[in-house]
Amino acid sequence: MNSKATDLLFCTLEIADNALIMGHRLSEWCGHGPILEQDIALTNIALDHLGQARPLYQKAAELVNQMSKEEKEAAFKSPMLSRLFEKSKHITEDDLAFLRDSWDFRNVLLVEQDNGDWAQTVVRSFLFDTYNKLFFAQLIHTSEPTWRGVAEKALKEVTYHSRWSSEWMIRLGDGTEESHERIQNAFQNLWPYSGELLMASPSQKIHSDIYPSVDAKAYRQEINRILETATLTLSEEDSWMQAGGKIGNHSEHLGYILAEMQYMQRAYPEMEW
Amino acid sequence: MMATINKNQIESWLSAVTDPEVPVLNIFDLGIVRDIQLQHNTSQELEKVVIVITPTYSGCPAMDVISTQIRMILLSHKIPEVEIQQQLSPAWTTDWMPEAAHDKLKKYGIAPPQYRNKNDQLFAEEKIECPKCGSLETELVSQFGATSCKALYKCLTCKEPFEHFKCH
Repeated sequence: MNSKATDLLFCTLEIADNALIMGHRLSEWCGHGPILEQDIALTNIALDHLGQARPLYQKAAELVNQMSKEEKEAAFKSPMLSRLFEKSKHITEDDLAFLRDSWDFRNVLLVEQDNGDWAQTVVRSFLFDTYNKLFFAQLIHTSEPTWRGVAEKALKEVTYHSRWSSEWMIRLGDGTEESHERIQNAFQNLWPYSGELLMASPSQKIHSDIYPSVDAKAYRQEINRILETATLTLSEEDSWMQAGGKIGNHSEHLGYILAEMQYMQRAYPEMEW
Repeated sequence: MMATINKNQIESWLSAVTDPEVPVLNIFDLGIVRDIQLQHNTSQELEKVVIVITPTYSGCPAMDVISTQIRMILLSHKIPEVEIQQQLSPAWTTDWMPEAAHDKLKKYGIAPPQYRNKNDQLFAEEKIECPKCGSLETELVSQFGATSCKALYKCLTCKEPFEHFKCH
């Protein structure tokens, strides 16, 4: 059984890790976009996500620093963090982002899926943005002050993100034969990862008074609205849903993401710009 | 000498702190300064100044540069201690930018934000005036421009591209 503080920490990390990993995935498109304006669009969106992650990691670090040594060691199993705990050092937002191993990350499996082609990237964003729009619209009412502050800003940004991904779903879905086929395939591949967004983790259940859940019906309604205009179909609305990310069971992808993202901090410990 | 420093003095010093990406706007034009607090010691001497700012966009990299600039300007005026606090709530909105800031943007060649427009309709476009020739025959190129706060437009009349400070 976790302490309530540990669960609050885990909830904060769920939101922060989603933002960080999605932001990182989108940043991988930098310099490789199909046209310049879309390359810029993705890096802009990536930056928004990273900006959302930062204050959340600052809050998480604050929570960790207030925990007992036992609570810290129970919460994380990453050797580099354990070293800091042993020396009774205070940790920072950077330590959380760059020194945790994959089993200590709590993002959903959806955001760590690879970029694939343009269609896959659009669908991944579409599924995530639609959730975020509904999630942040509720989070602006939470009594947790840091989450509320982040949500107030994030809701406006996510509205632009959602416009971007929804418009691309329609452009590609109701586009050429090839674009339609690609986006239909991408949608079938990624749909099984959407369910995890709506499944409350154990930590979320403990803090359900401050951590809102998104209603599955409302989510599907939003998705279906766009699918219809995009002339796309969802063959199996109740397909098996992949899960595990929120409790640290990740796909192979996250390992590769972290190997690249965390390389500098691990090769040159305590380096500074 | 220290006793004559008040909020107005601090404000006039800080009006030299500009947005690194849009140097015609200072931090008051941006509307990001929430509060200026002066803390005195028991001998009524100014010992610390606290500046409270609200970030514009979640990931805006200019905020770190602006914070550093604020600190340096105040330290250069011999303020003993400077603290910069970030206040996330209420969230910044383009509505906090005064009319004067809109004029500065226009003169600089950036179309200013409209005051509060509900913009979630898909494929919908606001009618944005070209800051160079004034024509309303303009077209959105991308909602995402060179910085998080700006969108890309092009004018169909004078053919020039321009940026639009997005409503937020």
